[in-house]
Amino acid sequence: MTEFAPSRQTTEGRVYNLTGGDWDSVMAEVGPFKQERLVLNMGPQHPSTHGVLRMVVELEGETVTDMRTNIGYLHTGIEKNVEFRTWTQGVTFLTRADYLAPLFNESVYCLGVEKLLGVEVPARAQLIRLLLMEINRVSSHWVALATGGMEMGALTAMTNGLRARERCLDMFELITGLRMNHAFIRPGGVAQDLPEGAVEALRQWIKDIRGEINGLRKLVGQQPIWINRLKDVGWLGVEGCLALGVTGPMLRAAGLPWDLRKTEPYLGYETFDFEVPTEDTGDCWARFLVRVEEMWQSVRIIEQALERLEPGPVWVDDPKIAWPAKLSIGPDGMGNSLEHVQKIMNGSMESLIHHFKLVTEGFRVPPGQVYTTVESPRGELGAHVISDGGTRPYRVHLREPSFVNLQSTAALCIGGMISDVIASVGSIDPVMGGVDR
Amino acid sequence: MTDDASTDQPAAEIAPTTISHGPGDGAVSAEKHGMFGVAGSGDTSGFGGLVRDKWVAPAAARPYGSYFDELVDNLQIVYPEFDAAVTKIVVDRDELTLEIKREHLLGIAGALRNDQSLRFELLSSVSGVDYFDANQPESARLHSVYHLTSMTYRRRIRLEVALTVSDPHVPSLTKLYPTADWQERETWDLFGIIYDGHPALTRILMPDDWDGHPQRKDYPLGGIHVQYKGATIPPPDERRVYK
Repeated sequence: MTEFAPSRQTTEGRVYNLTGGDWDSVMAEVGPFKQERLVLNMGPQHPSTHGVLRMVVELEGETVTDMRTNIGYLHTGIEKNVEFRTWTQGVTFLTRADYLAPLFNESVYCLGVEKLLGVEVPARAQLIRLLLMEINRVSSHWVALATGGMEMGALTAMTNGLRARERCLDMFELITGLRMNHAFIRPGGVAQDLPEGAVEALRQWIKDIRGEINGLRKLVGQQPIWINRLKDVGWLGVEGCLALGVTGPMLRAAGLPWDLRKTEPYLGYETFDFEVPTEDTGDCWARFLVRVEEMWQSVRIIEQALERLEPGPVWVDDPKIAWPAKLSIGPDGMGNSLEHVQKIMNGSMESLIHHFKLVTEGFRVPPGQVYTTVESPRGELGAHVISDGGTRPYRVHLREPSFVNLQSTAALCIGGMISDVIASVGSIDPVMGGVDR
Repeated sequence: MTDDASTDQPAAEIAPTTISHGPGDGAVSAEKHGMFGVAGSGDTSGFGGLVRDKWVAPAAARPYGSYFDELVDNLQIVYPEFDAAVTKIVVDRDELTLEIKREHLLGIAGALRNDQSLRFELLSSVSGVDYFDANQPESARLHSVYHLTSMTYRRRIRLEVALTVSDPHVPSLTKLYPTADWQERETWDLFGIIYDGHPALTRILMPDDWDGHPQRKDYPLGGIHVQYKGATIPPPDERRVYK
């Protein structure tokens, strides 16, 4: 028994547990194997596993012969917690599920609540939601490409990708006040109108981000190592995708142009001019191409949305639902506007009661259940929202594309090389906050 | 529940108010008092002192509207035992729900997936719901809910199977839709619905040795012994005193 390799006898032969050390020195002491079957544990704190994902990989040489994925390390009980908050507070929790695409979580939930309420938000609020979601799609894809690049050693792809994402986060900060976990989109509208100068800043952002996308294409689009690492790796065809429930860029990279923005349009996507990029090779390279092109198309949508922005309300015209307070930025950050506080504290008792009731107790939602969907950066994001007529959600279930897509890891990886596991998992782009919720 | 809670004014003695649900007339006579046996007015959810009618979705009558009539017609042709299998058809907010018996789940899902007039290629979502009723502990409170998507026809349908806690068995859809694998594991983990025929029905989000199924309505938020630290967090109604 060596220092590095305590062993035990099992029915399948002697099993050695290696947790580090030099392979050669271990082998020198253990002696040659008659039969070599290596079970490798990757994660949950491995830098290449995209967060707290644990994979147990069985190897024959460097070939993966079996694989299991283990999740649940980031389970925070979001769905349970939401049942104890008002409908509006629910957004604060759900935005933290898939933390790289928070505005999609907020939108899909709010669309569900609004469908239960039977209200439609004003055109300007719809456009702001759409605008934010498309910026979010760009920022999410940048993280997918940046971390995917980092995991394969392309550190410049990472630094460039995170720099580009930073530009997106700047826009979020300008519009919502926060870089993540916005809770900006709420049942009945959006928390606040666009601030002054937002449209100009977004026009500048469009120029900058197009430069970044072109830069990425130049940086890795023809790069031979990048291409070799991705091409013909992690293949999954359309049949496999549908059987495993895989949607989003993975499905489109396999050749099916299924994008809910086109097939089941919401928030007026049917009136926008954009393409749904597809590839037909179904490998990691195709997924990379699809993501890059999708960013380009999202920028096109944002450009059109900016042209259509017209002044108007951002809350439904129903004081029983719409948030009573206007927010504004004060010396200590975002908060209730002084004007509103003056009104309820000094002016009108009725306003104070109304504010208090709506903020602490919340509004009631007629009973029933709905299932709403949006196309998130990772595929079909669904919200199964149930009300029993009360002021709190009876049940909210998120159909998380990360969770469903992650089931395909074994199909992508078995039979390939151990190094391709990293590329394959990166190309699924799972976000563990969404997987575990 | 703490002892001193009993000395407080119980919820029923606060003048009960019946809440109207607005549209829909599915109210039945069962009443519901607060949540988790909240006794005093410590419940800040707004309905601690309120009595509400329990709501049951009303059955739909023909014509169902939209593509629902055609879909149901086709399913009746493809699956002759339709009338025995489906206990209720609900059309609410432009969504079609078939409440079905568990013996027929595989038959109906198979017909929906395989027949060319239906073609529900994608099982979008499997989730559980607990319609808990403290007065009727043996009611079919656990629901296994399936959302199916037809990509060919761009249609959606919801299947719902109701189960009791003492017999929470339902056939697994993993053979028809492999995507049900993790989603059924999640529903088993959080609701305790047992999917017969699932290849490895183990916990997926909670730790393997966890007791109970946390998203059931009679499972409190907090108040669970935290196995890592030995700390106990009181349930919400005991956490802070608003009394």
